[in-house]
Amino acid sequence: MKLTDISNDINEWFNGSGPLADIVVSSRIRLARNIAGHKFLSHCSNTEKSEILKKLRDVLMSLKLGDKIFYISVDKAPTLSRHFLVERHLISRHHAFGKGPRGVVIARKEFFTAMINEEDHLRLQVLKAGCQLSQCFEQINNIDNMIEQKVDFAFSPRYGYLTACPTNLGTGVRVSVMLHLPALKMTGQIEKFFSAARDMTLAVRGLFGEGTEAASDLYQISNQVTLGISELDIISQFENIIIPEIVEYENAARNQLLSKQTDILDDKISRAMALLQNAHLISSQEALFLLSHLRLGINMHKYMGASTPAIEKLYALCGTPKDVDKTNPLSIATINRLFMLTLPAHLQLNYGKSLDPTHRDALRAQIIRSALNQDTPQKS
Amino acid sequence: MQCQICNKNSATIHLTEITDGVRTEMHICEHCAAEQDIAVKSHIPINELLSSLLAVQPTDDELSGASEQKLACPNCGFTLAQFRKEGVLGCPYDYEVFEKSLLPLIEKAHNGKTTHCGKLPSKTSKNTKNEIELLSLRQQLQAAVQSEDYELAAKLRDKISQIEK
Repeated sequence: MKLTDISNDINEWFNGSGPLADIVVSSRIRLARNIAGHKFLSHCSNTEKSEILKKLRDVLMSLKLGDKIFYISVDKAPTLSRHFLVERHLISRHHAFGKGPRGVVIARKEFFTAMINEEDHLRLQVLKAGCQLSQCFEQINNIDNMIEQKVDFAFSPRYGYLTACPTNLGTGVRVSVMLHLPALKMTGQIEKFFSAARDMTLAVRGLFGEGTEAASDLYQISNQVTLGISELDIISQFENIIIPEIVEYENAARNQLLSKQTDILDDKISRAMALLQNAHLISSQEALFLLSHLRLGINMHKYMGASTPAIEKLYALCGTPKDVDKTNPLSIATINRLFMLTLPAHLQLNYGKSLDPTHRDALRAQIIRSALNQDTPQKS
Repeated sequence: MQCQICNKNSATIHLTEITDGVRTEMHICEHCAAEQDIAVKSHIPINELLSSLLAVQPTDDELSGASEQKLACPNCGFTLAQFRKEGVLGCPYDYEVFEKSLLPLIEKAHNGKTTHCGKLPSKTSKNTKNEIELLSLRQQLQAAVQSEDYELAAKLRDKISQIEK
């Protein structure tokens, strides 16, 4: 399989479906494991790393996952391919640009990836669209059980699964959800969300942008405590306390925009539309920022029945609400596709060669213009 | 509390300055803090955090008489000096070799918890399973005694002696 087989479309977990999809974009669970009898990677020679890589690769490639799986040798992959895998959340930046023999096993539909020789010997992850943490865990736990039939993992009765960094010790589980929080940002409440998350010992980071300041208004929250609390308890905290609370805050902010700050809301949506439909040069950061506002408009109409002048106009472009997510050009899936396919490595991989930033900005603007201007259903 | 500068937003940054023995306090919002160029470091990299936690450990070691600071792991050659630099351990055995130094750090990283609870490898023997349960029960017992819940403590004690039989 070639990367260009997947680079022309979004992955399934980013298609805007699933429970609470207007705010919870996707769910992810990661497990960290190390093979018993081997040193951690910082103290492994390249020969030992290759040995671990071969052992785990053979086991993973023999798994029956109900989907085709393929393997990429990350240390030998071209730089552009590595950037692409990071943009697509299939591997971490650390893995892409680390040292020594390492690789990744990926399910064709991208719901499962396994990084071999990242910080730990094995980092498994399962991703799904919307709020589906329990389903993610069920699947990753089954995969982990299958692997455990063939490999012994480093485990201690007291500390649980042993990991290279003590912060992953115990369950080795990292539970994350990707959240779209544009209304909290617009109403100036995003800092409150950050500090509330920190109080609950959760880690927050911005996605598709630099630092925690996410241009796309997409944030990822994850657990930090992995020891002394079971996998199911961590997940239940997310599903029953953390996620409902954040969803409530974001919805309250969306209602506030709708009832008291319609001008601000409409201004953001209208400007985003005007710029995206007409710009000839657009940076990745600007595109992410503007697409976020279109996504907010579409979701507010779809989930809250909002109909402000700007949202109405957006919907004239979308066609009748019945068509949403099917044939019209402006579904959430379309917005997400534009989000991902206009990221730098995606652009270049799909174009077939590397481009300088100005050419990328021109190509990005062209892709967005044609998606937002063509096939506009005629209103009769 | 309102921001002392703009008198609009609520103050989320509280500064205490002591100059020549004179203490001054300032309560301001994040917006004004940014304007005043008062940097708020909201995100400390985990490695930095871990090494700073570890850096305060030597006193504990001195107390317990442990010489872990100079020790090298017989299995992988790992030392605590390497850990300060890289933030990762050398092999699974290090958790035992450097237990005294690592324990306070593990406790801080995991909200005071130091014992695994959750999934066990499918091949875990009955003895290991018992060992894990005993560890957890003993910890619960300690907590029960501390909170003076003697009824619960008695139940836990009975459970422990049952497993130990």
